[in-house]
Amino acid sequence: MSAGKPLPHDAAPLHVTGEARYIDDLPTPRGTLHLAFGLSPAAHAEILSLDLAAVREAPGVVAVFGPDAFDPMPDCSPSVHDEPLLAQGVVHYLGQPMFLVVAESHLAARKAARLGRMELRERPAILTVDEALAAESRFEDGPVVWQKGDAAAAIAGAAQQIEGSIELGGQEHFYLEGQVALALPQEGGDMVVQSSTQHPTEIQHKVAHALHLPMSAVRVEVRRMGGGFGGKESQGNALAIACALAARATGRPCKMRYDRDDDMTITGKRHDLRIDYRAGFDAEGRLAGVEFRHLMRCGWSQDLSLPVADRAMLHADNAYHLPAVRIESHRLRTNTQSATAFRGFGGPQGMVGVERVMDHVAHQLGRDPLEVRRVNFYAARVDRPGGCLPPSPATGRAFFAGNPPPEDFRTLITPEDIFRQKMGGEDAEALRVLDAEEVDLTSRGAETFQHGEAPPAPEGVQTTPYHMPVEDFIGHELVGALAESADYARRRAEIAAWNAGNPILKRGIALTPVKFGISFTLTWLNQAGALVHLYQDGSVHLNHGGTEMGQGLFQKVAQVAAGVFGLEAEAEAVKITATDTGKVPNTSATAASSGSDLNGMAARIACETLRDRLAAMLAERHQAQAAEVRFAGGRVTVAGAEYSFAEVVGLAYQARISLSSTGYYRTPKIVWDRKKGEGRPFFYFAYGAAVSEVVIDTLTGENRLLRVDVLHDTGRSLNPALDIGQIEGGFVQGAGWLTTEELVWDGKGRLRTHAPSTYKIPACSDRPPVFNVALWGRDNPEDTVGRSKAVGEPPFMLGISVLMALSDAVAACGDGSVYPGLDGPATAERVLAAVGRQRG
Amino acid sequence: MTQTLQLKINGSDLRLDLDDPRATLLDVLRERLGLTGTKKGCDRGQCGACTVLIDGRRVNACLALALSHDGAQITTIEGLARGEDLHPVQAAFIADDGFQCGFCTPGQIMSAVALIAEAEAGLDPERIREGMSGNLCRCAAYAGITEAVLDATRALALEEERAA
Repeated sequence: MSAGKPLPHDAAPLHVTGEARYIDDLPTPRGTLHLAFGLSPAAHAEILSLDLAAVREAPGVVAVFGPDAFDPMPDCSPSVHDEPLLAQGVVHYLGQPMFLVVAESHLAARKAARLGRMELRERPAILTVDEALAAESRFEDGPVVWQKGDAAAAIAGAAQQIEGSIELGGQEHFYLEGQVALALPQEGGDMVVQSSTQHPTEIQHKVAHALHLPMSAVRVEVRRMGGGFGGKESQGNALAIACALAARATGRPCKMRYDRDDDMTITGKRHDLRIDYRAGFDAEGRLAGVEFRHLMRCGWSQDLSLPVADRAMLHADNAYHLPAVRIESHRLRTNTQSATAFRGFGGPQGMVGVERVMDHVAHQLGRDPLEVRRVNFYAARVDRPGGCLPPSPATGRAFFAGNPPPEDFRTLITPEDIFRQKMGGEDAEALRVLDAEEVDLTSRGAETFQHGEAPPAPEGVQTTPYHMPVEDFIGHELVGALAESADYARRRAEIAAWNAGNPILKRGIALTPVKFGISFTLTWLNQAGALVHLYQDGSVHLNHGGTEMGQGLFQKVAQVAAGVFGLEAEAEAVKITATDTGKVPNTSATAASSGSDLNGMAARIACETLRDRLAAMLAERHQAQAAEVRFAGGRVTVAGAEYSFAEVVGLAYQARISLSSTGYYRTPKIVWDRKKGEGRPFFYFAYGAAVSEVVIDTLTGENRLLRVDVLHDTGRSLNPALDIGQIEGGFVQGAGWLTTEELVWDGKGRLRTHAPSTYKIPACSDRPPVFNVALWGRDNPEDTVGRSKAVGEPPFMLGISVLMALSDAVAACGDGSVYPGLDGPATAERVLAAVGRQRG
Repeated sequence: MTQTLQLKINGSDLRLDLDDPRATLLDVLRERLGLTGTKKGCDRGQCGACTVLIDGRRVNACLALALSHDGAQITTIEGLARGEDLHPVQAAFIADDGFQCGFCTPGQIMSAVALIAEAEAGLDPERIREGMSGNLCRCAAYAGITEAVLDATRALALEEERAA
């Protein structure tokens, strides 16, 4: 197989020459119109009147649509139909689209969009989680609670306790290519849409719904995005719908592109939240019980907030066995942008909570945080028939940090009936058949509870707070190997000595692990299709449901396909084409790190079907068995005869063999009952760990990342070069979230950080001078494509080590009596304030 | 009032009539000339995606008024390759995986070409990172970008040696 080779990105030559086309680069037909939204200037207000006369009269304006232009108002929501394209009666956040301008040029549309005159009666705006809690402004009737054991009793009965709270900021996606869509009206009212989206099927569904067309009349295509990061899972809906409606109304192609300020003002971001925590533990830091309370700020509409908040809960344990735990999650509704998917999908937020607990416990005990982490790790994976593979002695040594004998603390849980709450108390059973015309079944926001029996955890296997057995835990070996290669212990001692002699600059170091669950938690999304054609000249045309946003998915899948046909040496053999809802239907979003797992498998299955047909044809011709036909090195051999691949395809055509096949894959083993908060939502876990070393200036709070060492589990990597890129990039993006990327809303609900001048993502100079990345290259014990593991999201959470290293550096300013309690992002201001608290 | 502008873009002389004297060089390149390799990232001179060379110096085309560069020589990503052969900086970006989504890549490459020509950073990775910090990459392919600039610096030095 060509899988495993470090080939560059499939479009590399196009990217470096400027030939790679993004949607804004596509030549548009003559007469294409350009769209812009007029935005709400208030965070929460009643619309008394909307005067669009000046907008209509502005130069270049072709049409203007206000809230009265559509009946019914098209909906942009990926979940519960609570996002009207244009505000109706009330505006819910500052930046909400109120009217739509269609003009001859982008500039004319933008200028006219500033001319709307609106009379608003302001209402009190709910901007913070405290205000939302006080007003009971939330999605679902009350908090979602999952528990295992009696956490309160376990905490009370423990030798020591801690209690605290951490604020975590949101994060702007800042995909370099902003949101953009282009609608091309077709004959008979059909519509073709080019959209920068991670979820073409959802765009297709929402556009069809808005135009009152069947989905078969709408085709959506996307060749590539200039970054997505979750920000293009649902946030492109409004642009595509607006373009399609305007295209239908005018009969002309319509294009809409948000300028950067508009993009940041209009679209959702990562959920910010506050986590309150309590924990009880013994003298070694081993947790007896933990309680978390998540206060998620979801913004004005539901969007994907419920599954995001679920995933935060699902990662509240990270790599640690929590014998007794209670997680309470509040999904709070505020008058701000609707928070949405962002790499990790709530997982990073949940994970920081428990890493904070580890850090706090270690500080209270005066112990090395790494030792506290290790004593709390899940038990090492066990070898059982049909289970996991034994550790390879060649990579990493086993390290058992005195874990207690594995026990199963499985207890009955009492989850809230979140489904019933969400649906307003109606009979949940009656709603299990969702209306496929109304609900986008392929959206993560379509979540409902599902029935299914998860097999009970095997005897002696530890379980997560949601009762999934953890059987593949490699944290002990992986962290042991990283601590050794990064020289953690010696450096920690050196840093302590250095800090003792340096009153102004202080250094800090931290090692944090990652255990991230792989699969969509809405089980039915874990399916994928592919379509492969062989042409008579032997060339291969590959299409699948995944979208390319820079992660290298297309190259990975092409490598898998080439491997099946023995064409690995011929880089151009497999033609990768744009994702197209007309070729592969009902696709899931390229999200949840699932792109190569799902689509790679579907493509492999399609290619194997074709290869088997070719083999059967040749076997018959040569009186041989099909299994004897070999495809390797661009040649096909059977019974002493040898053909080029193209010759075989030509023969198959003449023998009237079908040279086109679909492939279909669904992830096995997963069962998740969201109602009970119980099951096996994940096919497997991806692991990793990072050591970060930082230095802070105690006079200014400024800080620098000095060195980073990463060891990350990619299974048997499909493409090590692309995987290392994902790991480095994910780490930097995670570190950015927790250090410099600060979103600031003023008291009126206006986002003040709406451009790169004020919102600071990491630059080249922020990358640490020493950055060692290694792959933990052992096979995935589960049967994934090539035994690889998903790599899109997990490395993001390696960045948590930077926040913990900063905490370590701040702690070095004090005498150990005050815990730093550093919030995220740990900006220079926050570091300085924390240093101040240390020094009294 | 229509104004006339002369530019030499990627080696070709062009004469343009501009209705709006406020047109930016970026919009002229993308919308008038179809040179869409130069990207619009933030449109306010902070992300670097629109970096082009004006008389050899790197400039954010979104902040450059086209009219104020009458007579200038402009090089964009489309004009960098030497016939069929990639420019050493382009080749190095492929060899070192200096990108993921590719959207910032034309700007990164143009910035790198100028950085190397400025001869301020040499082979010091720290100075290269500083020198490239005006070009944001949200995928954070910074490790590959730094390596690519180092490799390209060496390759160009070798070329010069051979030419001398």
